[in-house]
Amino acid sequence: MKEVIHTPVPSVEEEEYHINMGPQHPSTHGVLRLVVTLQGEIVMKLKPHCGYIHRGMEKMCEKDTYPQIIHLTDRMDYLSMHINNHAVCLLVENALQIEVPERVKYIRTIMDELCRIQSHQLWWASFGMDLGGLTCFFYGLRDREKILDIWEESTGARFLQSYYTPGGLMWDIHPDFQKHTKEFLKYFKKKIRDYEKILSGNVIFRERSRNIGLMTKEEAISYGVTGPSGRGSGWSCDVRKHHPYALYDKVEFKEILYQEGDTLARYMVRMDEMYESMHIIEQLIDNIPEGDFSAKMKAVIKLPAGEYYQRVESARGDLGIYCISDGNKTPYRMKFRTPSFSNLSILDHISRNLKIADLVAIGGSLDLVIPDIDR
Amino acid sequence: MDLEKLKERVLTLVPEAEFEENKQFVTFFVPAGKLHVTTMRLKDDEDTAFDYLFCQSGTDMGKYLMVVYHLESTKLGHAIVLKVKTEDRENPAFDTVCDIWRTAEFHEREIFDLLGIRFNNHPDLRRLFLDENWVGYPLRKDYKDEVNIVEF
Repeated sequence: MKEVIHTPVPSVEEEEYHINMGPQHPSTHGVLRLVVTLQGEIVMKLKPHCGYIHRGMEKMCEKDTYPQIIHLTDRMDYLSMHINNHAVCLLVENALQIEVPERVKYIRTIMDELCRIQSHQLWWASFGMDLGGLTCFFYGLRDREKILDIWEESTGARFLQSYYTPGGLMWDIHPDFQKHTKEFLKYFKKKIRDYEKILSGNVIFRERSRNIGLMTKEEAISYGVTGPSGRGSGWSCDVRKHHPYALYDKVEFKEILYQEGDTLARYMVRMDEMYESMHIIEQLIDNIPEGDFSAKMKAVIKLPAGEYYQRVESARGDLGIYCISDGNKTPYRMKFRTPSFSNLSILDHISRNLKIADLVAIGGSLDLVIPDIDR
Repeated sequence: MDLEKLKERVLTLVPEAEFEENKQFVTFFVPAGKLHVTTMRLKDDEDTAFDYLFCQSGTDMGKYLMVVYHLESTKLGHAIVLKVKTEDRENPAFDTVCDIWRTAEFHEREIFDLLGIRFNNHPDLRRLFLDENWVGYPLRKDYKDEVNIVEF
């Protein structure tokens, strides 16, 4: 008779096992795959697997002229499209020492801030949905639609607009742009109160998001976590304040800082930033000066040989473009330092020893946009 | 610290460092062997305090491969650029800095993935974007891909 060997089966609480979150998972907000090692429902560690939508943008840039590159950057962080365009335009303008007309600076600053508002609206919508509040999703998208309408009128597109060109804008704003923007501000100021009521003041939401995903200021700096996520840990890292561009040194606005460093703090930073963005637009919208919508540019743009670095504050953080030019009409090397890429790197560190349901909240609070990671 | 003093400081740390003319940042080529020691000192010294690595990138410059470190101090507000280069195209390797700035872990994996530069002592040096069995390093200038890259 064969001897039967009984091997003890470890209980679920003791055994480590792996699950795949993604590549198609609603809470990863795109095609990101997280391999999560669990013990029971506690996250022991996680490994992000990127590259599902890597398009080789940096390689493509080596074959493209600077005005063509602008159209690629829209597709990086598709929720900060204007701001990404702005980075390339500033890079070229600073390298060629072109002074853009005052009107352009006004319009660009307003567009950037509208962009930040709609990005935070979509983030709020999906963050609410991640935590079980489906109403948020409908509210957020409903209000974001108003901004897309304003853009459609002026830029001709709703999403990937490529509205900025080196030296100015593709074309002038629509005559009704100011009127409609002011109408939107009036509308959204009422609606954002609903946002506060439905989520910020919600006991279930606050209890779920408080004290999870804790990140100290030192960790944020070391991991390079910028933008609202870094400012939720008290790190003053707003490029608009530290390295001002366009009209950010002329307008008055506060840099929102929270010291707690948890998921709720990162949430509060974004909510408050929407008020600040509206405040910036209000200061500018009535004073857009008359003038050209573009400076005179040569038909073929060639940057002098050398190295250039341009930083802007996108809706997710510090976006940097490092460009090496050899004097041709295409760059020799173009590197995009994207905020989501660095923000993703801390996800493993701050979600350890928490429940898997908290991982969804933490991931949402970092506001990752996957094409921004994969480029 | 003003830029002249910063320049002197780096030269006292590494006398072999080569200064490079750049309008935007103080830029130095550091010998590869001294990279780790230099960056560690630049981060730890109180009057330099470069605690934020805001960009790390690799480039194929044709004659050599280089890795560029953009550093900033969040307390003092100054910035510096360090570069290391190697002419070895077969087996290029530098020391990792991810024990100094944790953000380097991902950036170095990306550089390894796309340029084939190895980083010694890196805790988890795997390809980041491409498949494990991908042949070649796409961001190198001599990379050939007849299927995916259309030549005009």
